[in-house]
Amino acid sequence: MDQLLQHLLNGLLLGATYSLLGIGLTLVFGLMNVVNFAHGEFYTLGAYATFAALVLASVNFFLAIPLAIAVGAGAGAVCERCLLRPLRGQSIDTVMLVMIGVWIAMQNAELLGWGGVAKSVPTPFPTRPVVLGAVSVAPLRIFVFLVSGALVLAAHLLLARTKLGRAMRATFQDRETAALMGVSIERIHTVTFAFGAGLAAAAGALLGPVFLLYPSMGDLASLKAFSVVILGGLGNFAGAAIGGLVRGVAEELGAGYVSSGYRDAVGFLMIVAVLLLRPSGLFARAERVG
Amino acid sequence: MSRVALGIALAAALTAPAWVWNPYHLHTLIMAGIFAVLALSLNLLLGYTGQLSLGHAAFFGMGAYATGLLTVKLEWSPWIGLLAATVLPAAAGYVIGRLALKLRGAYFVLLTISFAGCVSLVSVNWMDLTNGPLGIPGVPPVEIALPGLPVLSLRSKAAYYYLVLAAVALSYLMCRALVRSRVGRALVALRENETLAASVGIDATHYLVLAALISAGMAGFAGGLYAHYTRFVSPEVFLFTYTVTMVIMVVAGGKGTLAGPVVGAVLFTVLPEALRAAASWQWQMLLYGILLIAVLFFMPEGIVPSLRAAQRRWRTS
Repeated sequence: MDQLLQHLLNGLLLGATYSLLGIGLTLVFGLMNVVNFAHGEFYTLGAYATFAALVLASVNFFLAIPLAIAVGAGAGAVCERCLLRPLRGQSIDTVMLVMIGVWIAMQNAELLGWGGVAKSVPTPFPTRPVVLGAVSVAPLRIFVFLVSGALVLAAHLLLARTKLGRAMRATFQDRETAALMGVSIERIHTVTFAFGAGLAAAAGALLGPVFLLYPSMGDLASLKAFSVVILGGLGNFAGAAIGGLVRGVAEELGAGYVSSGYRDAVGFLMIVAVLLLRPSGLFARAERVG
Repeated sequence: MSRVALGIALAAALTAPAWVWNPYHLHTLIMAGIFAVLALSLNLLLGYTGQLSLGHAAFFGMGAYATGLLTVKLEWSPWIGLLAATVLPAAAGYVIGRLALKLRGAYFVLLTISFAGCVSLVSVNWMDLTNGPLGIPGVPPVEIALPGLPVLSLRSKAAYYYLVLAAVALSYLMCRALVRSRVGRALVALRENETLAASVGIDATHYLVLAALISAGMAGFAGGLYAHYTRFVSPEVFLFTYTVTMVIMVVAGGKGTLAGPVVGAVLFTVLPEALRAAASWQWQMLLYGILLIAVLFFMPEGIVPSLRAAQRRWRTS
């Protein structure tokens, strides 16, 4: 029983970062109709940016994370302006292939820049776990969970409450009408992609210190993000937020009770099962735009 | 003009072992041949049905493991191994096709990636069968034993080159026959407008699953050829890099053309080797990524269709 509680807690703590990853991906798909295979690379970028800020520039840990998010969002904006904007109107498959190209190029650029040896990010948190009754948690994990939760909430508020968010939702629902109402679609696309990339970089900056950094870490992150997004339904914000938590718990339970070798198989099987049984996601409403 | 070029290319391919002295260069050509079969197989799906499979490395790997396990553990003949390397992935392709081809676009792509991921994890974790990450060493070479003749071993690179060349020719001719048949026309109709095709009575699932089955079988066959060439099978055969390489070859060469994948395969195996002297492996992969983007931007149709268009312009002017 205690073990189950521990797994559930670990899953939820991990899942919050998956929600971050998923939200970024689902927004880019829903709004821009782009299947972003380079999503995990922005995650890697965020993690390495934190490492660079901390170790090379000796910036404070709490400052390094927003810095990494800014780097990720900036790279996303550049990627959108240079690659995605000229391709607008092209088929979704062409854009998908271009993003696969971006993925390969970014990953190998990281491999060239940082080398293949795994790196660890130093944190100011004590490694001694906090014991809460029957379960114990590392303080760093609690911090990661809290920041992830805050970022998900901030993303939600941005979409629901601000003028920019309204313009984004309008574009999501009907691009042409939104354009007629004076929404600059070009700008919304750049902002959305930068936003998605920034969220991925945030997840990387937060999870990087928990695990190790290596150039191909983004592959798994992409995969997890896709499984989260599919779980929630492509383009569904709330679905992705909940899907992240579900994925985190499922992964921990799978690793705890089945076999740690098949830990990552949980995600694959989840994608396969959801796509075959409920392709519009677990939380789909009757009919959505996008 | 193009007939002359084709003749020169064919003659060069047939006589290659005679003038390619460096064994490493011959190795590159053999790999180009194996990749040509793979690219032709992916093109059948991506080029003619329009469905992008990012799980093709799974069929390649399954083929390699099928023949590796049968010839090493059960000591079956490599020929039966190669047959199994075609039939088993084809069966898997049928099952996956039946399930996955209900989906289209991004959903289909993600399902194929997940499938390949699962298969790859099984190859690493099922120690009893696959020997895990250590792989299966000692896959026997292919031998031709005709009654009344001495056994001809295809252990040498030159001999294996001809086996691979024959495989490429066979795959090419099979694809050509298929594409020009009723099935090929049905596939193109489905690619262009599925609703319209369905309205004239083309059963989408039936034809798409058929294409998936043949494509998977060809990829598996290439995997079998690879296993008997390197004489070693490890989970590396499931690397996503293989899938990406296939996609680049098909897209750059020209998807939906017969010559495109072959041109792409030769170009993208020979080019990195030529670059190897100047750049490390990471640079190569970085260039691969950039090249893929550049081709999609400047030659969205691929090399072969672009060349054809240029030739037509040159003729009319």
